[in-house]
Amino acid sequence: MTAISLRAFSWQGDDLFRRACLTSAGLISVLMFAILLSLCIGAWPALENFGIGFFFSSEWNPVTKEFGAANALYGTLVSSIIAVFLALPVGLGVAIFLSELCPVWLSRPLSIAIELLAAVPSIIYGMWGLFVFAPWFSEGFQVWAAEHLSELPLIGPLFSGPPMGVGLLTSGIILAFMILPILTSLIKEALSTVPKVLREATYGIGATQFEVIIKVLLPAIKGPIFGALILALGRALGETMAITFVIGGAQSIDSSLFMPATSISATIAEQFNEATGDMHISALIGLGLVLFMITFIVMGSARVLLRRKAK
Amino acid sequence: MIRKFKNQLFRAMCLLATLIGLGILVIILFTLFQKGMAGMNWQLFTEVTPGPGGEGGLANAIVGSIIMTSLGIVIAAPVGILAGTWLAEYGQNSKTADTIRFLNGMLMSAPSILIGLFVYELVVVFMGHFSGWAGAISLAIIALPVIISTTEEMLKLVPITLREAGAGLGTPRWKVTVKLSYRAVSTGIITGILLSVARISGETAPLLFTALNSSFMTVNPNEPMANLPVTIYQFAMSPYDSWNQLAWSGALLITMAILFLNIISRVLPQLKKRRS
Repeated sequence: MTAISLRAFSWQGDDLFRRACLTSAGLISVLMFAILLSLCIGAWPALENFGIGFFFSSEWNPVTKEFGAANALYGTLVSSIIAVFLALPVGLGVAIFLSELCPVWLSRPLSIAIELLAAVPSIIYGMWGLFVFAPWFSEGFQVWAAEHLSELPLIGPLFSGPPMGVGLLTSGIILAFMILPILTSLIKEALSTVPKVLREATYGIGATQFEVIIKVLLPAIKGPIFGALILALGRALGETMAITFVIGGAQSIDSSLFMPATSISATIAEQFNEATGDMHISALIGLGLVLFMITFIVMGSARVLLRRKAK
Repeated sequence: MIRKFKNQLFRAMCLLATLIGLGILVIILFTLFQKGMAGMNWQLFTEVTPGPGGEGGLANAIVGSIIMTSLGIVIAAPVGILAGTWLAEYGQNSKTADTIRFLNGMLMSAPSILIGLFVYELVVVFMGHFSGWAGAISLAIIALPVIISTTEEMLKLVPITLREAGAGLGTPRWKVTVKLSYRAVSTGIITGILLSVARISGETAPLLFTALNSSFMTVNPNEPMANLPVTIYQFAMSPYDSWNQLAWSGALLITMAILFLNIISRVLPQLKKRRS
């Protein structure tokens, strides 16, 4: 008798445990849904008031209660795209060096050191960017660019303006440092999936390392590199504290990359606690909603891409 | 000759890229030491944050950070481990499991400032004031997906023979999971938790509008709570020298703690492997 009741209990235990596990897993979908819902509810007053114009208007004036997302959206996209452009060649170089060129005993400690870059908190990048990098950048590159690049046709306007240190380009550079580790580790992973035979065959016909890597390895991992780039872009889009320090916090769209600008996350971080009234808060949450949608689309497509390639 | 030269040039460029990456890490750490060491004294750990321009320490911020990080992990770890268990043991390759995995990945990459906005609307507006609880909850949401995915990955590594051996003895499935599988991969799960502690202890954005900050020593999570990241942010942006100094010392403190946790979490699995 006791044996039967014990067994009955143990089955109950099984059921209970399974349910607890399922509930916890289900919580993730509830959370994602709740985050989207709360952003929508919070943003509703602003969306209702400004309509579709909220996404395109570059007006951001707490005094007249006019709010539009265009400035922040511009800053977010441009700084992130700069970051990806700068980080790609460096990330490729590091990944190739670590997995193809450097001796095995050195590769692991160096990889860990590069990965530690990702562990450094965002706020530290911000402080370092503002107090160390920005002054150095304004005295060096920006002065040089003002003399040599600003007169050039087409790209000239990008590099004109006073050398202030902070601004869109600085944000892009700091972001590039921050996404470097993820880019490197994803490219390294992709490189490791290329069969050894392929390398040996190409070396066998007398190719140099350069030729093997450029003509065989990189074309073989085009897909994953693209996926990694989009993933890194997604990371850059949502970055907050680093950007808040170095972007300058100016609600404007300027043709020069040297000028201060703002991003969605920086605007929210700077203004949320000092918001003047409900419409201001609602507009900030509306910015959050825009950010949520962009990162969801970007990250979602990166995941789909990477998964398809992995199969 | 040209091919050889190209090859050398290419190798040099790759080396240069690596040096840039490493250089950034070295320069950041150097800056932190250079500017942070000056403020490393007893005062830093024993006195609370000073008023504008005054002298003081970071005791309340350190205590607040430890409390909120611990609360966050205590909330996230059990839920995360159970959810990871469901994905690895029950859901496996089902559609539902795939959806949850996808959403978990999205939550992991959701900008942390949005988690802050969410918790603000959910907890802060509901409670009517900023609080340590709200901060802890937002940190828990950030830690959760990391713990879920490491737990799942780890449980997948448990050999099927181990489960079969347990099941063969008539052990119910939950006991096999709890007593055999969890124990077999405990180091891996602990590593995941350590990494998520490292990740959330540097988070600033979500705390800006959940825990806010406080210039008093509080251990009551029902009140706004001091914490290192927000203090660093406010003090670094201030015009006062003494506040700036505290910001750099706080930055050194938190970065060292995080790098230490990261390195431990890498060394731990290897130590275990070597011992067995």
